[in-house]
Amino acid sequence: MKTSKILIGIFLLMFFGIVYIDLPQKINLKYTLGKKNISYSFNHPNLDFKLFGLTIKKNFSTQLGLDLKGGSHLVFEADMKNIAASDRTDALISTRDTIERRVNLFGVSEPNIQTLKVGNSDRIIVDLPGITDVSEAVGLIGQTAQLDFREQASLEAKVATTTPLFLQMSKRTGLTGKNVKRSLVQFDQTGKPSVGLEFDSTGAKMFEEITGRNVGRPVAIFLDDFPLSIPTVQQQITGGQAIITGNFSLEEAKKLSIAINSGALPVSIRLIEQRNIGPTLGQDQVNKSIIAGIIGLLAVILFMILYYGRLGFIATMALIIYGLISLAIIKTIPIVLTLPGIAGFILSIGMAVDSNILIFERIKEELRRGNDFNLAIKWGFGRAIDAIKDANITTLLVAFILFNPVNWDIFPQFGLIKGFALTLFIGVMTSLFTGVFITKRLIYFFYKPK
Amino acid sequence: MINFLKYKTVYFLISTVVILSGIFSIYYYGYNVSIDFAGGTNIAYQFNKKIAKTDIEPIFKNKKIKIFSISITGSNRLHARTSSIDEKQEKQIRDEAEKKLNAKIQLLLFETVGPTLGRETIIKTIIASLVASLGILLYLTFAFKNLKYGLAAIIAAIHDLLVLFGTFSLISHFLGAELDLLFVTAILTTMSFSVHDTIVVFDKIREYRKKEWKSDFKTIANRAVTETMVRSLNNSLTIILMLVALVLIGGEVIRFFVLTLLIGTITGTYSSPFVAVPILELLERRKSS
Repeated sequence: MKTSKILIGIFLLMFFGIVYIDLPQKINLKYTLGKKNISYSFNHPNLDFKLFGLTIKKNFSTQLGLDLKGGSHLVFEADMKNIAASDRTDALISTRDTIERRVNLFGVSEPNIQTLKVGNSDRIIVDLPGITDVSEAVGLIGQTAQLDFREQASLEAKVATTTPLFLQMSKRTGLTGKNVKRSLVQFDQTGKPSVGLEFDSTGAKMFEEITGRNVGRPVAIFLDDFPLSIPTVQQQITGGQAIITGNFSLEEAKKLSIAINSGALPVSIRLIEQRNIGPTLGQDQVNKSIIAGIIGLLAVILFMILYYGRLGFIATMALIIYGLISLAIIKTIPIVLTLPGIAGFILSIGMAVDSNILIFERIKEELRRGNDFNLAIKWGFGRAIDAIKDANITTLLVAFILFNPVNWDIFPQFGLIKGFALTLFIGVMTSLFTGVFITKRLIYFFYKPK
Repeated sequence: MINFLKYKTVYFLISTVVILSGIFSIYYYGYNVSIDFAGGTNIAYQFNKKIAKTDIEPIFKNKKIKIFSISITGSNRLHARTSSIDEKQEKQIRDEAEKKLNAKIQLLLFETVGPTLGRETIIKTIIASLVASLGILLYLTFAFKNLKYGLAAIIAAIHDLLVLFGTFSLISHFLGAELDLLFVTAILTTMSFSVHDTIVVFDKIREYRKKEWKSDFKTIANRAVTETMVRSLNNSLTIILMLVALVLIGGEVIRFFVLTLLIGTITGTYSSPFVAVPILELLERRKSS
């Protein structure tokens, strides 16, 4: 008896936790009751606390995909013809980093940039939520990375110390990434990492002149108008070799070297697919789908109660718990919801009821055979489990292939299908839990034999 | 107990008629293939005033852009499917249309897929379907310790696949649905649902064979079908209720996707007792004779 009370306690605790996560970000209630105006506004309390020295910060908001909130989905193909096979992965990654930097400059919130290898083709996928003026975005991304060296605007004038250093570095020297043969990570005598540059012959001459007139002064290296490093020249440098020192970690030095290489060895990219969805289209679709989902759900509940009576009520409870748990999982991970994703979720509601129907039919069968109530439930569950397990494993298998978690390039790697597969997968897993475990508890709790 | 297996020929006849008419439709009408597979461009504009097709068409034609289809919904919303254009051309078209009609345009949708990407998508899709079928076959053979169960379930699933491909061609021709990635998703989901349903019946057969090993297979199969019928219908009904709601009031972007799922659910439910079980019976009979 005691253990069951503890179980109920744990159950209730979990339940409230899940409801907490499910609450929407913001609720505004305004209505009139008699002569009283009631206005109530609720903000979802996000988790932000310290536990054993760990900062836990989590906001539970529903993430919407591009097809729902609008934005651009761009797929570029990199032209690797002129790049040695061994350098291709590096080149692709540095191109991706360059695009990421540019997109960040553009001020896009939550951009998603991935690389994708398909057979011999190297691709970069760029998702820009909220961006609909795509010609500008494509133009910005499409340029090859540009490295250039700059010096202080005026060599003679006293420099106002209040101006940030990188703003003083406004004079272009004419030395650019075109003159850099390559860049690599080096270590100085003390073992600290630095970045070495190797210029071609023109570059070497120009660099000699620039360093000659700037001894004791800073010279800046800009990548896409963004200052990478502003070292101070110690002495005139001849021979076409330069070293950028600074307090680099190995990781930073590597990144810088890659960034410079990407400027020096630009991979040209070509747009092969683009999808732009305006925000109004998406919102309209979500609203309609949600209303459809609610009406469908009500129809299912009505049917279950009419057909199975009290067992139908239990199935409804299990179904509501199912809905709350899946929503909580979707918000916690968080899973980016797309329109097919919502369809997958709604479909899985239909499938969740199935486990219950299977169990109820079995229980009724056992009762018909004259077994007493407890035995009927025990046997009914035991027998139904086999069918439920086998049936759901095949659905999980299909969802798994569609989701393609390892991104194998022989299977589909498309965002929309993945969204559908993922919500279906979560739906089926959750329904296995609620349909079997939760329903059993609920039946013992609420269903008494006549 | 109802003697379902007695009317085997009727079931096969129904399936043959449905599948054959689908194949005829595929042969005569084919499909509207979406840009996902064929490559090309989709554009949707919202104008702030009433427009006519004839206002817009010349703008595309002047730029030598081929229009595959163009339609206007709700008097001010334009949908066009054209040959592949890039974002610069799209901007030019939009600017020109705004100037010509003295209107404001809101870009709702602009999608372009290159032709090579489309081919790749088709290949990937086929591989995914084959691997899914093979996986299901292996799992069922393992779960039922008998290849025949797996085979019968897969044949029923392929039956559903054929029904879907055929009816989708009809929907494509008469209602203008496009064969796209969502259709592929619907196909794979239907296959898993169909097998799901078949397993429930097979599970009963497996149980009775253990318990009543003296009875012949036909009796056992009839009994299993009779006993699972209510569950099958009830289960399908709940899924159908959800899907019908989505078809009627859900968004139009997924309407055909949901409609395909709906047809898939119906044929998936039908094929378990009326295709998978008779085929299993045929396979079993061959062994004993």
